[in-house]
Parts: sequence; C-alpha cells; structure tokens
Amino acid sequence: METKPVQFKNLSREESYGFDRKTLDYIRNAAAHGLYEIRGMGAKRKLPNFDDLVFLGASMSRYPLEGYREKCLTKTVLGTRFAKKPIELDIPITIAGMSFGALSANVKEALGLAATEMGTSTTTGDGGMTPEERRSSRTLIYQCLPSRYGFNPDDVRKADAIEVVIGQGAKPGGGGMLLGQKVNPRVAKMRTLPEGVDQRSACRHPDWTGPDDLAIKIQELREITDWEKPIYVKVGATRTFNDVKLAVHAGADVVVVDGMQGGTAATQTCFIEHIGIPTLAAVRQAVNALEDLDMKGKVQLIVSGGIRTGADVAKALAMGADAVAIGQGVLVALGCNGETYFQNGAHHDAIADYNALGTAPGFCHHCHTGKCPVGVTTQDAILEQRLTPAVGAKHLKNYLKTLNMELTTIARACGKQNVHHLEPEDLVALTIEAAAMAGVPLAGTNWIPGRGF
Amino acid sequence: MERLTFDLATTPLRELNTFLHKDINDGKARHVTVLNPDGAHNIAVGLDAPVEVEIVGHAGYYAGGMNKAASITITGSAGTGVAENMMSGKVHVKGFASNGAGASSHGGLLVIDGDAGLRCGISLKGGDIVVGGSVGSFSAFMAQAGRMVICGDAGDALGDSLYEAVLYVKGSVKSLGADAQYEPMSEADIAAVASLLDQAGLDHDPKAFKRIASKRSLYHWNADANQEY
Repeated sequence: METKPVQFKNLSREESYGFDRKTLDYIRNAAAHGLYEIRGMGAKRKLPNFDDLVFLGASMSRYPLEGYREKCLTKTVLGTRFAKKPIELDIPITIAGMSFGALSANVKEALGLAATEMGTSTTTGDGGMTPEERRSSRTLIYQCLPSRYGFNPDDVRKADAIEVVIGQGAKPGGGGMLLGQKVNPRVAKMRTLPEGVDQRSACRHPDWTGPDDLAIKIQELREITDWEKPIYVKVGATRTFNDVKLAVHAGADVVVVDGMQGGTAATQTCFIEHIGIPTLAAVRQAVNALEDLDMKGKVQLIVSGGIRTGADVAKALAMGADAVAIGQGVLVALGCNGETYFQNGAHHDAIADYNALGTAPGFCHHCHTGKCPVGVTTQDAILEQRLTPAVGAKHLKNYLKTLNMELTTIARACGKQNVHHLEPEDLVALTIEAAAMAGVPLAGTNWIPGRGF
Repeated sequence: MERLTFDLATTPLRELNTFLHKDINDGKARHVTVLNPDGAHNIAVGLDAPVEVEIVGHAGYYAGGMNKAASITITGSAGTGVAENMMSGKVHVKGFASNGAGASSHGGLLVIDGDAGLRCGISLKGGDIVVGGSVGSFSAFMAQAGRMVICGDAGDALGDSLYEAVLYVKGSVKSLGADAQYEPMSEADIAAVASLLDQAGLDHDPKAFKRIASKRSLYHWNADANQEY
C-alpha cells in the first residue's frame, strides 16, 4: 500500500517545543557573537512563587482584627544575637543591596531618603559606600563582598551593620559584573580600576575559603567594630538548608537568603535562569535550618528575590522570615520600565530610548548597558539627571507605604496584632509544586507533598 | 613615648583591641607590646592611630587587619590574611605568613621576612608588599593596584587576571597566570624596587628583579578572542 507524508496546512507552521523561536534566536545570537548574553534583572521564566499561596483569613474559628482601627505592629529588630546595637526598623521591608555603579548616585540617595522616612534600612553594594548614601540613609548596611571594591575600615565604622555577601540569588557561585560603559571616572576610582574596563568581580572572598574561616572573619569584623554592629551573612539560594546552618555556625546575627528571582545589574543569562532555587523553596529551607538549630528568633532571617507586593511580604513573614529585602520592585517604583521620566516638572517620553536599546517599556533588562532610559541604572551624566533624588524618594516612599498597608491588612484579617505573628498555618498552596516547596498544605486538603497523607 | 604591655595569656583579646581603638586616640605616642599571642586570631585589627604595636610570638588570622596608620610588628609567623585590607601604616612579619597575606590592601607596606603562602597580595588595591622569601601559587590574583616585591621564587599562576598592580620577582616563577607578562625593567622600576627593599630592610640587587604586569587583554569582552582564559 502506498503511504504519503501527511501535509496539514497547520502543522507546516507548527513551532517546535524544544527549538522554539526563542531558542532559535538564542542559537543565532551565540553563533554571531561567540559570547554569552549578559543582561540585568532576574529570572524571567515562570517559577513557583508567592502567588501560589493564599492566606486563610479569620472566620468562625479565628477572630479577625478591625482593619482600620486596631493596632498591628510592624516593628522589626535585627541582629539581637551578638551585637550591642541591633538594627531597629519601623517596617519589616528593607532595601536590598545594590551598588553605586550599577545605580546612579541620585538613585542611591533616593533610596536613602525614602528608607529613612519609612524607618527602614538601605544596603550598599559592590563598589563601596558613597557619602550621598550615608548622609541620606539613617540605617545603612555595609556589604563586605568578594571583590572588596572600595571596602575600608572608615566606612565599616560608619555603617550600622555589616553584610558579608557570599552570593546573590541571580548568580549563586558567580561574581558581579560591571560593563565598561558604566565604569566612569568616579566608579573607577572607588573600585581602584582603570576607567572603562569590563569589570568582573571575584566570586570568592580573598581572605577566607570556608565556613570555619568565615567564623574568624566575622570575629575580625566584630573586633574592629567593638562588637557593636550586627553582622549579616547573605547567601544566594541553592543548598539553603545547609548554607543557613553554616552561616549560623559561623556566627551570623542575621542571615539573608536571596532566591533565584532576585535581580542583578549584569550577569550571564544562563546564570540568571539556570542556577539557584526559587525564593519560595529557599524560605522553607532557611526556616527549617533555623528551627533545626533552635535558632529561630535568635538569628533573624531576611528573604529577598522577587518580592513585589504586600501580599508577598506577608507570605514571606508567615513562612518564618523576619524581614524582606526588595531590589527590583524598588527600581520599578523609581521608574524602571516606565514609559516616561519626570524632569523639570514634566513627564518626558522615553520610548525612543528604549527602542534604541532594542527593547520597550515592560521588557527592558538593559541595566548592564548603562543606558537606562529613565535614569535608574546608569552612570551617564545626562541620563542620570532623569531621576532626581526627591522625586524618586517620593515614589519609593509611596510604594513602601503601600506594601506595609497591605501587609498589615492581611495580618489583621488573619487576626494578628503583630505582622511577625503571621505563621505557616495561615497559608495554603494553590499548586502541588508550591505546597511541596513551601511546606504548606494544598488548599482544601491536609496534604503537604513529601510528608505523606 | 609611653610603653604599655598586654599579656594575652591573662587579658582578653577584646580588651586589647578596644584599647587600641578607643583609648589610644588621645594624641599620645605609644608603644604597645603584646605578649603570649599564641596564634590568637584578629590581634590589633582595625587600628586607626599612629601607634607602634609589637606582637611577640605567632599571630593567627587577620593580624593587623584593616590597619590604618599604625606600625605593627609580629616577631613570629602570621596566619591567613595578615594585614588584609590595610589602608596605610606598616605591618612587618619577621617569620612566615600564611595564605592571603595583604589581601585587598589599599595602602601601607606589608613586609614578610620569610615565605608567604598561597594568594599573597590577592585583590591588591594599592598597597605595597615585600616578601623576603618565596610566595605560593595564585599570588597577586586580580591585583588592581600597588606593588609586590618577591625576593625568592613564585608558585603557579603568578599575577593571574592582573589589573594595574606591578610585580617584581628575583627568583624563578613556576608559571604566570592568564594575562600576566614579563616586561622590561625601567630605571623607574629599579628605583621603586630599591626604595621598597630599603623600606623593608632587605639587601638585594634591585637590578636582579624581573617586572611582571598585565597584558590588559582581559580588560574588555571580545567576541573574537574566544574567551581565552
């Protein structure tokens, strides 16, 4: 019998699942350049996240608080384990570490102004502390990174806490990058680098190699600061259960866990999308590690990586975090990916500048180019003027205020007078994946995958 | 000059460091002797005054770490990260130094009379290091600025991924790291080596040293370079 190949009109246009247009584009790009793609922001792919959890509000079995009248505390204290001067914040929402270099001096100042008004902290980044940010931020966390760019004892003494950065959620196991177009004279001087080099930060600290060494390094920082300042340890989320335990053993007051949705100003795309675990999974492992060591409440946990809304904050806290840190959400509040920028009292269209980068508002991840059309992630003398500290600070303050209101609204609905009283029992999951990762039951069941029925 | 002695066999380290941070800043010149260090970590870290400290014996990790202005002498050997991130002043190790000696130092002078371990001068940011003996592998890794004088030999991958720091070696180099290259010694180089040797109190012929600096071929991403490193 004769067989003929079937020629369906539709199937002749069928896109391959494995070799879809995105993949074809990736291969062509690789073939043309011989260099991996470097970009900014965090993982773009669909991952289980806090949207896959919902709260069980109070009803018959629980008693809610009156949403607008009854007190709901948000005060947050970090670094109570060894430091003489713990960090006291009015809200459990902090600003994540982002470098001067990645961000303009104006942006760093805006972060400090808004954080100070809201009673929370900001964090330096790879590249050291600028006077603008120290002046504007009441509570400033000073990062000690593998590169040690601009790291110096005077700023250690000026800081309110020290954060030893082991890794970042966007790139656990990798160092930072700052492409040449952002290494302007001031950035170069602060980092002791030639102007315009494509800077690659070290991924390992220069003076210690493992958790036992880190314990001594932390002790050095405590000795230098006369045991006054809290020492945070930040890890990118991978083997989070073990890493958090080791950080606690090394003497951390606070552990910061950054999930794979966390952003970066410049990293290889293969790193951003393929290394690390989702924030949702990392929070559960981190909390389990603290509970396993009987250190819950003694060592505080800050969670970051794709936190966007007050609901996200509430869910992170309910799962056991003491605070969250936000990077990308903060940048969006300042205007990142917006269609316009506000300068000299008027909005100006930025779409042509996005187009020049080959992108559009809503899709932009071109932080690495330094040509941010809205003046957020740039060192360009003209572009950085598109974001003034006062205007940025106003937007950021509004954003933080909104998140805090959402957080307390949810906490009251769950019958809590203090946002830190939110608990895992307030949560259920909408997907089996999220239930397994977060360790809360699938909604409508008692089933937590991996823990039997 | 007022002379003070702290005996770490009987005095807690924290008391010594707190004294060196707080009570020393009254403008009086002081010489502090530290007895019985017995390899304790973090001795005389974070100093910020032109005081002289003599550690009589062996020090553990990070001795003289983040030093600013002080002159610190260790009569024995020093552990990992001696004088790490030094800003100014001087740290002198009369014995040997372990790994990461002078890591990310921004200024000042680190002198090691004996040998130094792995990664000596890693991430150097402007400080000067003079090693009387030899240095281990991966020394001056990613060193950004400053100078290193090595009177003995160097291990593997010396000066890997160097930026603008300059290295001078008298003995043999097992291998250079990526992007490091030998360059001719100029009169200025000979004068620099002579001056550093003089400050370190070491007697060598400055002309016998070789200069190593960056090829600068890793300064920019280059698609056609096929990532040779």
